[in-house]
Amino acid sequence: MSREIYDELTKILRDVFDNDSIVATPDLDASQVPDWDSLGNVRLFLSIEMAFGVRFSAGEISGIDNVGDLVKSIENKQAK
Amino acid sequence: MAAPDMSLNILDMQWLPDVGSKFRENLRTLGEGREFSYAKAHSLATSRLDLSQLHTFARVLSRQTDPGGDGSLSLSILSNATADLIASSVIATAPRHRLWINAHVAPFGTFATEALDAFSETNTRRDDFVLLALDYKGFNLTSCPGDLTQANSIVASCVSQVQKFVAAIREASGATVIVQTLPLAATSEFGSLDAQLPGTLRWLIQRFNVELCEAISSGVLVLDVAGLAQMVGLSEWHDPVQWNLGKFSFSQRVVPLYAEWLCRLIAASKGKSKKCLVLDLDNTLWGGVIGDDGLHGVVLGQGSALGEAYLSVQEMALMLRKRGILLAVCSKNEDVIARMMFREHPEMCLREEHIAVFQANWQDKASNLVAIAEALNIGVDALVFMDDNPAERHQVRLALPQVAVPELPDNPDYFASILLSAGYFEAIQFTNDDRQRADHYKQNAARRAVLGDSTNLGEYLESLEMEAYVSTFDAVGRSRIAQLINKTNQFNLTTRRYSESAIEKFESDASIIDLQIRLRDRYGDNGMICVVICKECNAALVIDTWLMSCRVLNRRVEELVLNLLVGIARQRNLQRVIGIYSPTEKNGIVSDLYCRLGFKFQSESSDGTHWSLELSSFSASSVPIKLTLSPDIELDESAGGIA
Repeated sequence: MSREIYDELTKILRDVFDNDSIVATPDLDASQVPDWDSLGNVRLFLSIEMAFGVRFSAGEISGIDNVGDLVKSIENKQAK
Repeated sequence: MAAPDMSLNILDMQWLPDVGSKFRENLRTLGEGREFSYAKAHSLATSRLDLSQLHTFARVLSRQTDPGGDGSLSLSILSNATADLIASSVIATAPRHRLWINAHVAPFGTFATEALDAFSETNTRRDDFVLLALDYKGFNLTSCPGDLTQANSIVASCVSQVQKFVAAIREASGATVIVQTLPLAATSEFGSLDAQLPGTLRWLIQRFNVELCEAISSGVLVLDVAGLAQMVGLSEWHDPVQWNLGKFSFSQRVVPLYAEWLCRLIAASKGKSKKCLVLDLDNTLWGGVIGDDGLHGVVLGQGSALGEAYLSVQEMALMLRKRGILLAVCSKNEDVIARMMFREHPEMCLREEHIAVFQANWQDKASNLVAIAEALNIGVDALVFMDDNPAERHQVRLALPQVAVPELPDNPDYFASILLSAGYFEAIQFTNDDRQRADHYKQNAARRAVLGDSTNLGEYLESLEMEAYVSTFDAVGRSRIAQLINKTNQFNLTTRRYSESAIEKFESDASIIDLQIRLRDRYGDNGMICVVICKECNAALVIDTWLMSCRVLNRRVEELVLNLLVGIARQRNLQRVIGIYSPTEKNGIVSDLYCRLGFKFQSESSDGTHWSLELSSFSASSVPIKLTLSPDIELDESAGGIA
């Protein structure tokens, strides 16, 4: 199940950051992707919310450090 | 995105076609091509793009240095909130409106000093436009429920604060300032009482918006963000998560639509709004096919839900016509059968007299659109084409990408709303000229019919009984002068664009010789049809700007203007008149004007060809136009030719 989330995130990350070399892995974080600054983060989360039909709080967004945390958060929200 | 026929959410921007799955590939070909294609950029921008697509697009556009076309516009954004994502969306939305905008955001929190300090970075940049993107949190709008005196004082001081910013920017930078109305908050303090009770935040914001619009000077543009937020829905507009996270004034999901509204306003100020709505007939203005179903079989009007939907499309078209937008018909039908609906069906609210050009035949729609543009003397890029049939829309988009073709859902209940939401006819003013435009075209049709009857042009012109009123630039004519200067493309020798505040300065500048000309004839008042700006230089009168409305071509107004300029030059003891022709894509009709008027070619340079007319060898021609001059125009009457 989380495989599907990772695949979807790979697609989203590539579109948001215009970079076809990105692969979503648990350790992937902003420091490894050009243009993934705080503004890029807002764009990313808007796309994720649209794609997965979930909403994040300001605190959650600030607390997510890497794609692994992100996937866990999405899974929790989808389980509700 | 919601499926097009499920609901109408303005955020989905459904009038724009879907961008498809190859956006980033297409963007790459655009960016890597040897010669940047503005046409391709326009095409790519004329689709539904989300925030990230706009951001990526902006990156590609920012790498291009030569904007070509009408040149680039610079925009600075001053905001109390984080506006960086707005800047990139504006850059990428601009090509949709045939604009090129370099957008820049002042550092967070600096809006007040950037505006007020004459030597701030913003003011020294001397942008074309400065946007004051302030929301209610950027003002001292503290609620004081029940205290009317305090409430009025707060509103007045906030409006005055905006005026100070505006004045400071205009003075220091010369930019056109764009101010915003304030969206209401998504919550209320009491509930229904907020609207009534002075001093609530709702009351303060609503009063501020009214007073701002009343107090703002001409030449300042107003972006009605309050209206936009209402249309989007305040609970959709405000997002506490994004405010808390990064001080974003509104949900960044709305940024593509906000950027679209801003670009429309800027485009309108540059004369790029559309001028004519071309309507298909079957299943667009009524339900069914008139050729097959006949008068009694088509669905239109009262008594039927579907009929009401189509009637609302006609009512929308009539509303647009009332505000100066021309209507045309483009339909695959026998002409006589199509007109029958307009003449005989009792429920039609559009009638033949409302349609400026009626093209009903079996030729392809693109050719018909070209014919319509020619008949109206406007560019093909001034047309909007509304057709329920996706195949027809596709054909027109391919053949004529400059025509705006909105996507329409299957459901005709939404046709009128979608067309209006697309904002093709944005305007920054509404003049008497606009009000009368549709009738002018009717009068022109009457004039053309008379031309058919006259045996020669001379007789025809005499029969028109033309009268010209010439005066210098003044406050009364200012907004129409600005409109002509910024919108006229064909009869325009140098296509120099001046903002309304520059034009205001010309009024009192003694070194500028400026003329505005109005023309009446037997059939009606054409309004202001010609603008001329000249300067003196080295014993010559140099024509900086000479433009004319295409409505009055071939009336010998050109010769009248020449007689006037020679008269003015002689009065000032000058020796010659110098004209410049700067060629553009659209002004080919005046490429030989100076030659035809007897000027001699002098030289060619980067701004075009230079022509000279020695006054000593000029003799005026007699022109069949009665002339009235305002008293401040001084000219040597020996120039002759003045009736």
